[in-house]
Amino acid sequence: MNVIAQGSGKVFADPDADKARAFFRKKNRKMVSKLMTVKEAVEKFVHDGDYLCIGGFGANRIPAAVCHEILRQGRKNMAFAGHTSTHDFQILCAGEVFNKLDVAYIVGLEARGLSVGARRYMESGKVEISEWTNYSLSVRFKAGAAGVSFYPARNIMGTDTFKYSGAKIIECPFTGTKYAAMPAIYPDVSALHVHEADIYGNCRIRGITVSDLDVARASKHLIITCERLISNEEIRREPSLTVIPYWCVDAVCEVPYGSYPGNMYGEYFSDEDHLREWLKVEENPEEFKKFLDKNIYGCKNHFEYIEKNGGLERLQVLRQKELMFTGARS
Amino acid sequence: MADYNVMELMICTAARELEDGASVGVGTGAPCAAAMLAQKLYSPSLTILFEAGGAAPLIPEMPISVGDSRTTWKAIMASGMCEIMETACRGLLDYTFLGGAQIDMYGNLNSTRIGPDHQKPKVRFPGSGGANDFASFCWRMMVMTPQDPKRFAEKCQFITTPGWLEGGDSRAKSGLPLGAGPYKIITNMAVMDFEPESKRMRIIAINPGYSEKDVQDNCGFELLKAKNIVENKPPTVEELTILREQVDPYRYVIGR
Repeated sequence: MNVIAQGSGKVFADPDADKARAFFRKKNRKMVSKLMTVKEAVEKFVHDGDYLCIGGFGANRIPAAVCHEILRQGRKNMAFAGHTSTHDFQILCAGEVFNKLDVAYIVGLEARGLSVGARRYMESGKVEISEWTNYSLSVRFKAGAAGVSFYPARNIMGTDTFKYSGAKIIECPFTGTKYAAMPAIYPDVSALHVHEADIYGNCRIRGITVSDLDVARASKHLIITCERLISNEEIRREPSLTVIPYWCVDAVCEVPYGSYPGNMYGEYFSDEDHLREWLKVEENPEEFKKFLDKNIYGCKNHFEYIEKNGGLERLQVLRQKELMFTGARS
Repeated sequence: MADYNVMELMICTAARELEDGASVGVGTGAPCAAAMLAQKLYSPSLTILFEAGGAAPLIPEMPISVGDSRTTWKAIMASGMCEIMETACRGLLDYTFLGGAQIDMYGNLNSTRIGPDHQKPKVRFPGSGGANDFASFCWRMMVMTPQDPKRFAEKCQFITTPGWLEGGDSRAKSGLPLGAGPYKIITNMAVMDFEPESKRMRIIAINPGYSEKDVQDNCGFELLKAKNIVENKPPTVEELTILREQVDPYRYVIGR
C-alpha cells in the first residue's frame, strides 16, 4: 500500500496480528478460578519492559491498587499508554515506572490542574515519547481487539501531533480518501477496575466504559480488580450484563473501593481533597517522598492506604456525594 | 445593564451560539457551563456529549472530570470514547469548544509543549486528549479564551489540534473531513470568525468597553476586520440569573 506520509514517532508495541494470534492461541481458555491478591497478580503478570495499559478515565474507575503495587514492586523501563491518564499517570510517574510513552492525555488532572511531579518527569528527558490523541489510542486498542494490525481514522492529519506520531497516511482503495493508519496495540498487560466479576473473570461494568472493552480484548494479559465478587450463577442468570468474558482475563482481585481516590460510578465519588493534597505535595520533592512512603511504599495494600486517608468514614462521605445526597464539591 | 465579569460574558456569548436541536461535544469548565446555560435558556433539546462516553445527561452540577458520574446523570447512554468520537466522525456533532496555550491566525491550537526539543520540552502540557479528535470531526469548533499577545501567537510552537492549518484550502487537502473547522473565537475582548477564502481570523464583534485597537494590541498576529463590526451584546439579566443560580451556583467556573 502506498504510504503518503508518516510520523517520526516510534511504535512501541508490535502491531503484527499473526504474532498476536500465535500468543492468543496458547492463552488458557479453561474456566478456572483466577482469584488472587493484587500483589500476586502484579508479580505474575507485570514485568519490566512490558507495554502497560491502565483502564478507566484518569481518576474515574481506575485500578488504583494495581498502580500502587507496580510502584511497590519497583517495575521499570515499561512502555505506557498515556490514554485519558490523569491520576494513574501521576502515580506511575512518581515511581518512574515507564520510559517509553504513547501520549494522548498526560500530566494534567483536567479541571484540577497540572501535576508538577508528572511534568518534572516528562521534562527530564528520561522518557521517549510518541504523540497521539485519545481517539487514536482508542482505535489502536480497537484494532488489537479486532485482531488486525491497524485501523483507519480521519483525525490527526495536517498537525504536528501526526508528525510526532507513529501513524502513516494512506489512501482508501475504494474512494481515494486519505486516512491516518493507526497501528494496533496489543498491550503485554493491562489492568482494569470493574464493578463486579466472578472468580473466572466474567465482568460487569456500570457507567461509561471509555476504551476498556477493547483494551480488555487486545491485551495479552489482563488483571481485573473488582468492587465485589459475584457468583458464576449470577453471571449466567443475566448474561446480557457481561461486558468482558473470562477468556480475556488472567487475574481477578477483589478490591472494594479499588478506584479510590478516583470516582466509581454508582458507588463513591472521587476524593477531591486527597487529590488536591497530592497535587500540592508534589511541589516539594522531599515532602512528596514522605507522602509516597506514607501512602504507597509504607502500605501493605489498598485497605491500609484508605485507612490512612479517612477509612470508612471518608468513604461514606464519598458515597453520599456520588449518590447526589450532597454536592460533589461540598 | 447588569454587572458581570469576563468569564460570565464569554459563557453567555458562547451559549447563544448553540441553537436548539444542535449537538455539542464539551469538556469541563466554561464549555460545559455554556452548554448547560444554552440548554436551560435557549436550546432545551441541545444534545451534550462527553468524550469519555457520557451521552445527553441532565447535568445536575458542574462535572470535575469529563468522565465523572455527573456526565452520565440521567443520561440517555453511558458509552465509551469510540461511540462518541465515531458519532462525531459520522457528522452528527455540530459544535465543540476547545482551548490551548497558544492559538494562531488559522485557529490551530497548541496544548502539547513549549520549547523546541520534543523529547525534552521546556514545558510539557497534556497533549491532545480528545481535542484533536473533536476538532477534526465536529462541524464547528469554537474557542473560549482570554486574549493576550502570548496566547494569540504568530506561530504555534506545536500544532496539537487542527484549525484551518495553513489557511486557504490546506485543511481540505490534508485528508481531514471536508467542511469542518474553526468557527468562532470568543475572548474577553471580542468575537472573531474566519474569513472564508484565506481562513484567517477576523474580528466580527467587540465586547463593551473595548476597542479594535485593544483587540489588535492583545494579539500576536494581524487580525482581519469584518466590514461591519458590531458591539457584542452584554449578558442579559436572565442569562446571568440562570448562570449564577442554576448552572454554577458555587461559582467554580465564573469565579467569585
